[in-house]
Amino acid sequence: MKYVIIGNSAAAVGAVEAIRKNDREGRIVIASSENYHVYSRPLISYLLMGKTNEEKMKYRNDDFYKDNGCELKLNKTAQRIDIGQKRVIFEDGDNENYDTLLIATGSSPVIPPIPGLDKVKNKYTFTTLDDAKALDGALKENSRVLIMGAGLIGLKCAEGISKRKVRITCVDLSYKVLSSILDDESSEIIKKHLEENQIKFYLKRQVIEFEENLALLDDNTKIPFDVLVLAVGVRPNISLFKDAGGRTNRGILIDERCRTSIPNIYAAGDCCESMDASSGEVKVMALLPNAYMQGECAGMNMSGVDFVFDRAIPMNAIGLFGKHIITAGTYSGDAYLETDGKSYKKLFYSKNRLNGFILVGHIEKAGIYTALVREKTPLHTLDFELICKAPGLMALQKKEREEILGGVCREAAGS
Amino acid sequence: MKRVYVNEKWCLGCHLCEYYCAFASTNEKDMARALKDKRISPNIRVEELDGISFAVSCRHCREPLCVKGCITGALRKMGGTIVIDRDKCIGCYTCILCCPYGAISPSEDGAVQKCELCIRTGSGTPYCVQGCPNEAIVYEERGE
Repeated sequence: MKYVIIGNSAAAVGAVEAIRKNDREGRIVIASSENYHVYSRPLISYLLMGKTNEEKMKYRNDDFYKDNGCELKLNKTAQRIDIGQKRVIFEDGDNENYDTLLIATGSSPVIPPIPGLDKVKNKYTFTTLDDAKALDGALKENSRVLIMGAGLIGLKCAEGISKRKVRITCVDLSYKVLSSILDDESSEIIKKHLEENQIKFYLKRQVIEFEENLALLDDNTKIPFDVLVLAVGVRPNISLFKDAGGRTNRGILIDERCRTSIPNIYAAGDCCESMDASSGEVKVMALLPNAYMQGECAGMNMSGVDFVFDRAIPMNAIGLFGKHIITAGTYSGDAYLETDGKSYKKLFYSKNRLNGFILVGHIEKAGIYTALVREKTPLHTLDFELICKAPGLMALQKKEREEILGGVCREAAGS
Repeated sequence: MKRVYVNEKWCLGCHLCEYYCAFASTNEKDMARALKDKRISPNIRVEELDGISFAVSCRHCREPLCVKGCITGALRKMGGTIVIDRDKCIGCYTCILCCPYGAISPSEDGAVQKCELCIRTGSGTPYCVQGCPNEAIVYEERGE
């Protein structure tokens, strides 16, 4: 069996680790357009902050490829897939035959079509290690940095460069920060917190034109800047697969076994669309844990073991200037709310299920809520009032708790 | 492999497991001297309400969601034990988001903390088990 993996991030690692549980012999070839040992992309903001370094950013240790018998091909960009010949052709003319192929090509930053953007020399995106290094090189003391986008990437970038004596301004189309994961009230708490950390916002504003060092907003505000960061969103890298005739929407469409519409081709991670178990909607959930688990699922099936992953939900853990946010699921239904203006807890429930939650500040034991969302636990089977106030095993039924903690088996074990 | 199991029927709610756990990482000989006047931050925590109490620590899951979700690779499985490289951890708390038992906690220094079955202390039997006065916490192999 020969496995080919296009991409070298979390989904690829998940696949390799799963394949090697079942098949120690088969050849695994990994092709990456980048020139790095597998690293954690979300850590690039921590790199700029000095909280990690390139060595510690490695997602797996130096021996990962050797230990798992992988042939790693760096600077190797796939150009097309010949599905008849089961072969991947690379831009440099090389090709690689496969028995099963995993597409784990991730996503790319969206470049907004704004007049004059081509005149801006100092512009950067912020999703790869090379992006981070380029931005790092461009920052000088007192640089005026304009970040387009107040989402996860834009704000982590802002935090990452905040200790560099730069002045940060952030513009977003939305009227609130982190609009994809926060409701209005929690978003306001975070915005205030960020403003206290010297980040200036222009929300519900659009850049309509750029000059080399100037952004013109739709309300005629002019924002001069030295460095521009484009963080308006990412788009799944689907063209390789789409050009081969595969079914795509915004992302590559996969089933609960990470199979695509083309036989022997699997896909996992940020390049995919899959079912959100908390809402039933099919969507792109570009998150590292999901990427790993989809990669794992693909790897199991590629190596002949039937495996289903149907528990993907949107979920995020993000810290900004010391304030932590954990969210998961879908924000619909009735709400349980606790807030003191600085911390925030909102649980969304309906039809005997927890649909989703937002925690700001006190995030302890958040995973207990995540599990209720992911497992669709019927709420009548636990003390919901208690678990709203204090997430813990106490709210579960005694029998279930005993199973988790293993307590009842003590007698059975013959002690 | 051997794991820590908890039987709430025998738990006295004395919190000694928490003190023994905190003591385990101090490298001191005397517990009273090591922990006197210190706020402890143990990896095992007692939940209690209305006369029910039990200790909760990492279950060392066979399919650990924390390891699969860890964005840095700091959490990994070593043998069957889930260990954390606290130098690599950047405290994003994705593992806290993922753990269904609430067994991973933030810590003072930014990295997360969790039970590693005392493998770094070389004690063999974990400290919480040694310190439990009523055998409510045991360390044994069960049906694997």
